[in-house]
Amino acid sequence: MRLTSLIYRGTIVIAYTVMLLPVLLLVVTSFFRDAIIAFPPTGLSLEWYRNALTRDEFLSGFLVSVKVAAIATAIGVPTGTAAAMALVRSRLRFKAAITTFLLGPIIVPGIVAGIALYLSYLAVQNRLDMDIVGTLPGLIAAHVLLTIPWTVRVVISGLQGLDRSVEEAALNLGARPRAVFLRVTLPMMRPAIVAAAMFSFIQSFENLELTLLLVGPGMSTLPIAMMNYLEFQVDPTLAAVATLQIAVIAAMMLITDRYVKLSRIV
Amino acid sequence: MKSLELVNIRKEYGDAVAVDDMNMTIRKGELVSLLGPSGCGKTTTLRMVAGFVAPSAGSVLIDGRDVTHRPPYERNTALVFQSYALFPHMSVAQNVAFGLEMRRMPRAEREAKSLEALRRVRLDHLAERYPRQLSGGQQQRVALARGLVLNPDVFLLDEPLSNLDAKLRAEVRSEIRGLQQALELTTLMVTHDQEEALTMSDGLVLMAGGRVRQSGSAQDLYERPADAFVADFVGRSNVLEGRVEGGSFRMKDGTALPGTAVPTARYYTLRPEKIALTSPDQGVPGTLREVLYLGAQTEYTVLLGTTPVTVIRATPGPDDTLARLRPGDPVGLRWNSADARLLDS
Repeated sequence: MRLTSLIYRGTIVIAYTVMLLPVLLLVVTSFFRDAIIAFPPTGLSLEWYRNALTRDEFLSGFLVSVKVAAIATAIGVPTGTAAAMALVRSRLRFKAAITTFLLGPIIVPGIVAGIALYLSYLAVQNRLDMDIVGTLPGLIAAHVLLTIPWTVRVVISGLQGLDRSVEEAALNLGARPRAVFLRVTLPMMRPAIVAAAMFSFIQSFENLELTLLLVGPGMSTLPIAMMNYLEFQVDPTLAAVATLQIAVIAAMMLITDRYVKLSRIV
Repeated sequence: MKSLELVNIRKEYGDAVAVDDMNMTIRKGELVSLLGPSGCGKTTTLRMVAGFVAPSAGSVLIDGRDVTHRPPYERNTALVFQSYALFPHMSVAQNVAFGLEMRRMPRAEREAKSLEALRRVRLDHLAERYPRQLSGGQQQRVALARGLVLNPDVFLLDEPLSNLDAKLRAEVRSEIRGLQQALELTTLMVTHDQEEALTMSDGLVLMAGGRVRQSGSAQDLYERPADAFVADFVGRSNVLEGRVEGGSFRMKDGTALPGTAVPTARYYTLRPEKIALTSPDQGVPGTLREVLYLGAQTEYTVLLGTTPVTVIRATPGPDDTLARLRPGDPVGLRWNSADARLLDS
């Protein structure tokens, strides 16, 4: 008994260390003064933060990422929610197959999906004689594919935990089906939908692999801008960008958690 | 006046028959309990009255009006769910006002009415709380208020006490009965708990396997069970198998019991509290096997031949000869033959 609990605790500690230690190192090195990372540092500085915030490619990358993530979330979450409702509530046939299909983008490696999308965009582009690769709509469409599986997954589990008798109670009290949906079902699904939106946003915001081949000149997302910078520079500017990114996402999660307890959903 | 009437109601799911040709009537202001083991069709029946399940045949009449094909929201019934099913995102007051809001009652009026309903269940001081902040018993009272504020034609209770602890149960039982009688609510209650049914109802309907086995008052079912199943389900009963032979009822193991009232009887049923324990030379001789002290009462298991028979007596005082009985002692059982019921099935 004591041994199992020891192994159990030990595993948790190791897992968290492996996951969090690099993040911690990243945050620490972002404050080092040296352009080439060395231990111990010769001093501390905020130089890299200044560099990160003043360089145009990061700022515009950040703005493009936010725009793409927001629009992809705005399209993917309602669509995915509707799909999840149909999968849980309706007498649809081939439910298992449809669910697997919708979750597909999570399972297929991003780079494979990216190449597949790139090639199909090219094919369609040639037929229709219009640009898709390297355009904002083309990129957003690809990112919608990232948001749908997360939404479907989170909303399905939210719906399954929902007590149907609460909706029946509303019907019994005289609410028509439309009123039941708007006044009872939707508000009860709110935590799941909020969580789905947050995950979708983060998925899209931090995506590199799928995005890689689909960006065009003057339209880089933040992860792409970071990778491009890395090709020529190795100074801790990227560590500073990443630290800012972590701070933004952490803030998002904390704010969301105030309204919807995330631990209850995931 | 008949407030709720079920006429030849039947429900099939594929090949399975959940409710088989059921007839039932509740008069205005009466509380009738649908009693039966789980899977007997009682909940399906309740859901057909509420409109969540469409009957395969037959009709549901509320105040003489056929509502069989009306959706739930067009029937003026109020169902109190077993899980209470409160709206978690609405305050207690909003929960109670919901039905009135759906009936498009002006805000001021519905707020006054819901407060009045909450006062009836003594929860007006918690109107602004949310369901998760309430205890199980309080949640149930909100569910009751939410239903009765609508002044429903039929009040439906689904296992109303099953989620409460034993102590609260007795209290809520009389509270529900009190409200029901004060407001003269026509009520159908579903329960598997016979004590609940016996104490709260004007009438009982005992179901098993989708069919009504017996209906009547609590006394009818307890004192005059129609068959061995009813005798066994309502209260406790010794159900002894055998047949009438040569001036007595002979059990399978050969033991003879007094009584031949029904010559074709296959069951001899006897309530444990109707049996007296005496010395072995009086009454039917047997051997004491077990003594269970229950506080106010003591339960004895006596072997008649090879058949165990349960006897329940008030716990004897220390000077009583009964107090000295130990397992293995020979005893005699005696009862008034009018208390034994001989049943065909």
